[in-house]
Amino acid sequence: MEKNKIETGFSSDAKKEPRRVVFVAKKTSAKVVGDPGPQLMTYPHLLIREAIAFQLLVIVMVLVALFWDAPLEQLANPLLTPNPAKAPWYFLGLQELLHFFPPFVAGILIPTLVVIALVVIPYFNVNVEGKAIWSRPAQNLRIVLVTVFLLLAFLAVFYAWTIFLPTALVAALLLFSYTARAGEKGSFQVLARKPVSWWVMTWFIAVALCLTVVGTFF
Amino acid sequence: MASTLHSALQNLRDRKVWKSIFRRGPANTNRTRSLAVFGNLFLHWLPVKVREKSLRVRASYYLGSVSFILFIVLFVTGILLMFYYHPAAPHAYRDMKDLQFVVSNGVFLRNLHRLAAHLMVFAVFWHMFHVFYRGGYKPPHEFNWVVGVVLLLVTLLLSYTGYLLPWDQLAFWAVTVGTNIISAMPFVGDKIRFLLLGGNIVGENALLRFYVLHVVILPLVAFLLIGIHFWRVQKDGGLTVKPKDDDGKE
Repeated sequence: MEKNKIETGFSSDAKKEPRRVVFVAKKTSAKVVGDPGPQLMTYPHLLIREAIAFQLLVIVMVLVALFWDAPLEQLANPLLTPNPAKAPWYFLGLQELLHFFPPFVAGILIPTLVVIALVVIPYFNVNVEGKAIWSRPAQNLRIVLVTVFLLLAFLAVFYAWTIFLPTALVAALLLFSYTARAGEKGSFQVLARKPVSWWVMTWFIAVALCLTVVGTFF
Repeated sequence: MASTLHSALQNLRDRKVWKSIFRRGPANTNRTRSLAVFGNLFLHWLPVKVREKSLRVRASYYLGSVSFILFIVLFVTGILLMFYYHPAAPHAYRDMKDLQFVVSNGVFLRNLHRLAAHLMVFAVFWHMFHVFYRGGYKPPHEFNWVVGVVLLLVTLLLSYTGYLLPWDQLAFWAVTVGTNIISAMPFVGDKIRFLLLGGNIVGENALLRFYVLHVVILPLVAFLLIGIHFWRVQKDGGLTVKPKDDDGKE
């Protein structure tokens, strides 16, 4: 007993000297908002679902892979440039940007800003409760109108119509939701309850989708 | 038949060897089901119980699981493909032809790898957008969101480095177009491009570097980050469950 004390600083009598088993810091511990609701055992309820997902996915992929061959073109030839030379589909949106902006802006600045924006989303601790954009209708309408106008004007100056179009569409939806904010329960009413972050992300996805589709097919 | 199987299994479970491996009885009580999870290296990062709501398809569409499953498929098919591939120009292209005409199921293997790669990029993007719309980035999940963003970048890099490996016209020019952009970076652009390509043009050195990135460095980084990502899901209190989920609608 005495030897043990020297070696570890603890006696083995847990009642006399309780050992710290776990340290829960108030500020860093996970908080689950709301009632957790009923719970199920991971084994088997979660694991069986994962197994089914795995099997379904693999079966579908095997079927597709049997009948849809991966493309293979001629041997790489630095002297023969295909027209158009295209990046993989997930970079085609960025490649489209090169039509409107210089390479530094389209290829470096915008992607960097997008990544930074994505990283800071949870730390940009404004409006965590997700208050609707039209919770302050008069004031926010003015801000929205000015922002949308400036953005569209900027895009028009650069003839960036493939960005202009989805931007205008999302802006139109936003303004429709303003008119429907106090109306009957409908799809626009649902939109009227969305926070600013929702609108920015939706705008980003709309633009990225449009650019990718245009880059893929035109 | 069923009872024979059952008794055979029962018999097996009573063996010393079986007990030494699993150290628990059949998972027919909540105690042994818990042991099945936290007594297993590959499952111990999972919670023993999960909220019923977070298991619903609408809560996640299992997009995180789907991404990981695709990663596993890519890992397995990728290793098999490595048996038939030389990262040298133009030998790499001949290996593609060999996959097509010489190797048993070679085309199938390549098809599966390519399909899973494109699906993984798609699934990871969808996963991120879905998590955003669920509010899954909010505290206490902030850090895991950041890990997820990095994982998206790693996924894109994995896909992009793999794009060069067939060494055909498609691969060559896609990578030429992409890496030319890096030159636009002020001051260090050309140097970074040189480092990545091992030269000023997309050539044999670039193929080797992309290969090493694709089969060693990036998969290692991805595995590490996926581990952290999964582990943090549990440490941050599980999937985000919205109050709205109560009425069964999203």
